[in-house]
Amino acid sequence: MVTRTQKPVPFSQKFESWLPRIVVSPLFALSLFFVYGFIGWTLYISFTKSGVMPNYTFEGLSQYERLWATPRWYVALGNMFVFSGLFIVISLTIGIFLAILLDQRVRIEGVIRTIYLYPMALSFIVTGTVWKWILNPGLGIQNFVRKAGFEDFSFDWLVNSDYAIYTVVIAAVWQSSGYAMALFLAGLRSVDDEILKAAAIDGASAFRTYFSVVLPIMRPVFLSTVIILAHLAIKSFDLVIALTGGGPGYATDMPATFMYAFAFQRSELGVAAASAVMMLTTVIAIVVPYLYSELRGKKR
Amino acid sequence: MNRRNLGGIVQQKGARHLAMRALLFLTLGVFCLYYLAPLIVMVATSLKSLEEIRTGSLISLPQDVTFDAWSKAWSSACVGVRCDGLKPFFWNSVAMVVPAVAISTILGALNGYALTKWQFRGANVIFALILFGAFIPFQVILLPMARTLGVLGLAGTIPGLVFVHIIYGLAFTTLFFRNFFIGVSDGIIQAAQVDGAGFFGIFFRIVLPMSLPAIVVTVIWQFTQIWNDFLFGIAFTVGDSNPVTVALNNVVNTSTGVKEYNVDMAAAIIAALPTLAVYVIAGAYFVRGLSAGAVKG
Repeated sequence: MVTRTQKPVPFSQKFESWLPRIVVSPLFALSLFFVYGFIGWTLYISFTKSGVMPNYTFEGLSQYERLWATPRWYVALGNMFVFSGLFIVISLTIGIFLAILLDQRVRIEGVIRTIYLYPMALSFIVTGTVWKWILNPGLGIQNFVRKAGFEDFSFDWLVNSDYAIYTVVIAAVWQSSGYAMALFLAGLRSVDDEILKAAAIDGASAFRTYFSVVLPIMRPVFLSTVIILAHLAIKSFDLVIALTGGGPGYATDMPATFMYAFAFQRSELGVAAASAVMMLTTVIAIVVPYLYSELRGKKR
Repeated sequence: MNRRNLGGIVQQKGARHLAMRALLFLTLGVFCLYYLAPLIVMVATSLKSLEEIRTGSLISLPQDVTFDAWSKAWSSACVGVRCDGLKPFFWNSVAMVVPAVAISTILGALNGYALTKWQFRGANVIFALILFGAFIPFQVILLPMARTLGVLGLAGTIPGLVFVHIIYGLAFTTLFFRNFFIGVSDGIIQAAQVDGAGFFGIFFRIVLPMSLPAIVVTVIWQFTQIWNDFLFGIAFTVGDSNPVTVALNNVVNTSTGVKEYNVDMAAAIIAALPTLAVYVIAGAYFVRGLSAGAVKG
């Protein structure tokens, strides 16, 4: 930076040196108001007895007590754990597997990668619409297999309250596993060639090289992929709405759809705010330590 | 396990190598099919008549190709009570996405530039605080935003939706440009300063022209995110001002009359076409945006 300490500084230069701050401040103020201010508002509402309309009298934890006494909330939480767990594990497995395969000097890699990743460009509403059609028992896969001669074949997960949540997993994995592949492939490409050569000279097989040399080096990629997928999973709303509408009944409800239903359909602002705060807490617990280490790591 | 068996992947010659390669391509091919199948089913179904859907099978190709479902989805399918097809809602999305992407990108560029090239005290803290906005579950701001839009007189309107997308897109656009500008040498800025160029002069004449790649990545990311958004669309717009994703969901879930799967599929393709086109044309930038938005904090 240019130093201007010797002479008294003319106003125009002083203004110029403040300009970056003047430009950033309104944008920062927007962020403070619309992110932190709004979080504060929602947090406060969750401690009041707001119903159809916001009510600003402080009420303590009563909305949280109501939330945790609502059976539907437990369904939503249970679904979130089942969905996130399966979604993350399956997407990671497919992602690593495909990334390793694509790393074997495949000539048409570009084309294949494009095919694996295109679902990421689709809206979850489109994905939900397609899979709703494919999984539809009447005309979809079930009907297809039955016509192929297996009369007793049954695949009605979409309309079965015990299994409907797994259809959400199927569609979500289809959409996002290519993304995991792309992240891992980028990670594999950044592994130093020298390390691979050294492993080859030591006589390690390709299999062993990947599992005991390459994958441990890629631990940061693992971590960020898991966090991104977890973050996607907790926020999932569109896909559930488009695929199952939260049903049958509320069998596939998730915290995001629960919050929406209580806020905009049942007009229970207090419970809705409390559930939103629970979601935020979960995301913070996952994301903040990660962001902290990332930003700190950068400075060094 | 026998080491030699698995070592085949990196061996250069021999029958075993050939077999491994065949297996490799077979597996890759199966996965290609897995990712493409829903798209093929979607296109095939949209080109069939309802009669053929009922009698045919899920994966059979259309015998009589008909575009009736497409024209119906575009201009006469019923979205709720209105039966003008997706057309008006598609244009709603266009009217939403263009200003929202343009404004959030420009503001992000300015923000990223000021935060990296004019490192003032607290710049990093400000960046971290802004960045956090990219990670919050939006459920936590839905209620106050709905009220704020009401107060501003923007409730249920497209300008209101544009406003929301700009506000919450800012965290991402700032992130993209900050990551890009951090790699730009400070020397260029200092040289321009010595030549007497000011904050905006440097921004418009030097920094902006050289940040074309960052602009492309940001525009594509924002376009995809905003076009595909559903949550803000359903929470902050009503009926006639719905974006296309909300309209698509309404078409599919309209329960009156006969269920027309071919129209549903045609509608889904129409809603997906803009982002798919961007992906096909500028896939490399799309991927760069995905990994920039993801890995680097």
